[in-house]
Amino acid sequence: MSKAVSSAGVSNSGIGASVKRREDVRFITGQGSYVSDVEMQRQTYAVFIRSPHARARILEIDASAALAMPGVLAVLSGAEMAADGIADLPCGWAVVSKDDSPMKVAPHPTMAVDSVNYVGEPLGVVIAESLQIARDAAEQVLVDYEELDAVISLAGAISAEQIYPEIPNNLCYEWALGDEAETNAAFESADHISQLDLSNNRLIPNAMEPRAAVAEFDATNDSYTIYTTSQNPHLERLVLSAFVQLAPEHKLRIIAPDVGGGFGSKIFVYPEETAAAWASKKVSRPVKWTCDRAESFLSDAHGRDHLTRVELALDKQGLFLGLRVKTTANLGAYLSLFASAVPTYLYGTLLAGQYKTPAIYVEVQGVYTNTTPVDAYRGAGRPEATYVVERIVETAARELGIDPAELRRRNFIQPSDFPYETPVALVYDTGNYGASLDKALELARYDSFAERKAEAQSRGKLRGLGFSCYIEACGLAPSQLAMQLGAGVGLFESGEVRVNPTGNVTVFTGSHSHGQGHETTFAQVVSDRLGIDLDSVEIVHGDTGRVEYGLGTYGSRSIAVGGSALVLATDKIISKCKVIVAHLLDSEADLIDFEDGTFTLRDSNQSMDFAEVAAAAYFPATFPEDLEPGLTATAFYDPDNFTFPAGTHICELEIDPDTGVIEIIQFVAVDDFGKVINPMIVEGQVHGGLAQGIGQALLEEAVYDEYGQLQTGSFMDYCMPRADDVPNFVVDTTVTPCTHNPLGVKGCGEAGAIGSPPAVINAVTDAIGIKNISMPATSEKVWRACQQSKSSSGGAV
Amino acid sequence: MKISVTVNGVDEELEITPNALLADVIRDQLYLSGTHIGCDTSQCGACTVHLNGMAVKACTVLAAQVDGQAVTTIEGIGSPADLHPMQAAFKEHHALQCGFCTPGMIMRGIDLVNNSEVLDEAAIREGLEGNICRCTGYHNIVKAMFNAALEMAPGKTTEQEVV
Ligand code: FES
Ligand code: FES
Repeated sequence: MSKAVSSAGVSNSGIGASVKRREDVRFITGQGSYVSDVEMQRQTYAVFIRSPHARARILEIDASAALAMPGVLAVLSGAEMAADGIADLPCGWAVVSKDDSPMKVAPHPTMAVDSVNYVGEPLGVVIAESLQIARDAAEQVLVDYEELDAVISLAGAISAEQIYPEIPNNLCYEWALGDEAETNAAFESADHISQLDLSNNRLIPNAMEPRAAVAEFDATNDSYTIYTTSQNPHLERLVLSAFVQLAPEHKLRIIAPDVGGGFGSKIFVYPEETAAAWASKKVSRPVKWTCDRAESFLSDAHGRDHLTRVELALDKQGLFLGLRVKTTANLGAYLSLFASAVPTYLYGTLLAGQYKTPAIYVEVQGVYTNTTPVDAYRGAGRPEATYVVERIVETAARELGIDPAELRRRNFIQPSDFPYETPVALVYDTGNYGASLDKALELARYDSFAERKAEAQSRGKLRGLGFSCYIEACGLAPSQLAMQLGAGVGLFESGEVRVNPTGNVTVFTGSHSHGQGHETTFAQVVSDRLGIDLDSVEIVHGDTGRVEYGLGTYGSRSIAVGGSALVLATDKIISKCKVIVAHLLDSEADLIDFEDGTFTLRDSNQSMDFAEVAAAAYFPATFPEDLEPGLTATAFYDPDNFTFPAGTHICELEIDPDTGVIEIIQFVAVDDFGKVINPMIVEGQVHGGLAQGIGQALLEEAVYDEYGQLQTGSFMDYCMPRADDVPNFVVDTTVTPCTHNPLGVKGCGEAGAIGSPPAVINAVTDAIGIKNISMPATSEKVWRACQQSKSSSGGAV
Repeated sequence: MKISVTVNGVDEELEITPNALLADVIRDQLYLSGTHIGCDTSQCGACTVHLNGMAVKACTVLAAQVDGQAVTTIEGIGSPADLHPMQAAFKEHHALQCGFCTPGMIMRGIDLVNNSEVLDEAAIREGLEGNICRCTGYHNIVKAMFNAALEMAPGKTTEQEVV
């Protein structure tokens, strides 16, 4: 474990210190306030009526029996909702196909109107006096369906029956990036070509807090207050007003209080909170809805689900000449909010990895199936890209008989190459990939791996080691470029620093914390910049009624974009303070220096501390006309570029060939996140990401049967990583500061989930001595692979 | 039906429906919202409370079953000014992120320390089989529980410290 956590060198509570989290006290004492803890007077309860079929026409909804039950206030349908002017749920990123045609958008009514297209799709909602009554009544609503053939298999979706009349081949888009001719030429001149067919297994995010909403309509001013489990309340407000037409933006207040994990699944605007809000107006009472876990499995946007063929062309020395990738990505039945961007701009652009591959070409077919919508899940596109690159690189190394670390090193983009423009549209600003590889090799004791493998063999066990040298792009930016590429929103962040008259500070951020610990890290940034006590800084987030604006938290953007906005706001505060001090000391602002919370008139012994200046700002006894009282500042920060965290993950594991059981012996992650604000929190983020990545590699998979019924619809069937499935992690960092944001930070939330799956699978295939095994590499699959490998190699394993 | 139950040391007379789950009564009738509901199949452990000093999943217990017994929830073990050693260890070792699994984890952790013969890393990991955390990767939860055990029951822990 990194020594940074216990580092005594960083003495204060500022940037770089492992400050204990201030939000913890309420969580460890049971005083957190999650959405389902919100209780409103006269609240009613919502239960949704969901489709039991993967594809069907809705012929009739008969709610008479339900409506006759005592305590039932209303049974509302998708048709009524549409008739009331509630529009479709939008997709926020317009992807253009390689033939320049726009993507084909399947109409997505908030609740189904004429037809349903996945099991679990809501088509109506019961509102009742109690949850029990609402549940009982929902069972009494009779829906007459005409079942239709459903399209379930991703591999067969393009040639299957058409789901939507206006969308041939169920193809949303056929997107491409890179130079096809140049890439083909590279393959023609290659000395060696490696090829793999890969699947990236479909995952279910499963934040431990199920989604929930409590909504209240205020008829006195036509406004709504909606408590909801959102990672980005302002974005939710924007979508509900501008697209869904629920109410004008200034009549909507969205509060996302304590939110119990998101991992992407709480970015999106869902039918349920929208319907709960609309229903609260219909019944003139607050409406509360809490998702059951069974409903979460069916209705939270799923993640990943790709089929890919990848080919890598190399020369004799093992230098990469070209990479060719063809992917089919499952979008589910409808386009969720950012679904279209995940397998395109967040995937294809990352295929250069850490390497100087001169020619890359990627084609992606985004297809509809009668399954739950698929959208961003921790990493969103980047884990899929990393899996493709790091699996094929490892495969090539084995085929060429070159040490996998050495092959990677030969192809690394070197520190002197930055800024480096990849053939897939990104410009990496900085990095040092050799440094993290070296550190990881040392921590993993790579030198002596062969001995450990031999020792394991003497015990009848198969030991394997796998690498992954990943790169990711965080803090999607800048707005101008993203919007040219089809993004429907800007990608900046806002921050406001309000200095109170007594010198303490209330900070409002557009970022949202649902486990990331912003109340601590953001306070560290502000207290460090202003030279005031950590305890004098309060962080406010997650409420459109209090925070000016924000785009929220996803894509590991909070510290890089939200943190930078706060730096700009503190800069404005300091500038204003200097003007005030100059006035009070009868001098000029550019003669005032600021350090450690004290303003000093240069070359004098006259100074004022921060609290004195704050007081002066609000008690402006002598201010001239052109000096405004007060001390607050807002800043919007729009980054120049993405940030590019990168690192090396090494997994060492042991397989019992008689049972297929895998034990992870050691997992080393060395990440370059640029500057780190709070090492303790960063390590925690890495741990969590690693567990999710190991879960993807070994345990988790969403499985549908041929009729579109989810077979893995509970924690009994969907294997979440438990404490004894994962090891203690060895986590360390290297540092190349980001060159274009004021904190030099890059973001750390997703790296663990991005880097780890290929490291694990490379280790599994190394141990068994096979080319490929699909994720999740369950004990059964591993056992079969061991048997097969034993028989094909004459029992040599 | 009526039950009388001691919750966090306070005697309560409650009117419940016969099919009410303890978890729902704790949350919706006693307004103790620290006990969380994370699943509907008794897998996640977010609802873990103590029944007569033993950890149980409150979603698997009927409220009618606890008549005449003693229930302790996360609100009953410590306060911000006077944290239980397990609570303090969770903060000290960054054993929580979103906090949703945390009350259940803490209640399970106390039970593990109190009701295990020995407690090393493997025993803690095995003891957490019924508690899911999606955020932390368990590393720091294991570390916190081990360190809390050192304080609560030094004899039960093995020498080697969990890093
Ligand atoms: S809510 Fe009780 S175990 Fe999940
Ligand atoms: S801290 Fe979020 S689920 Fe455990």
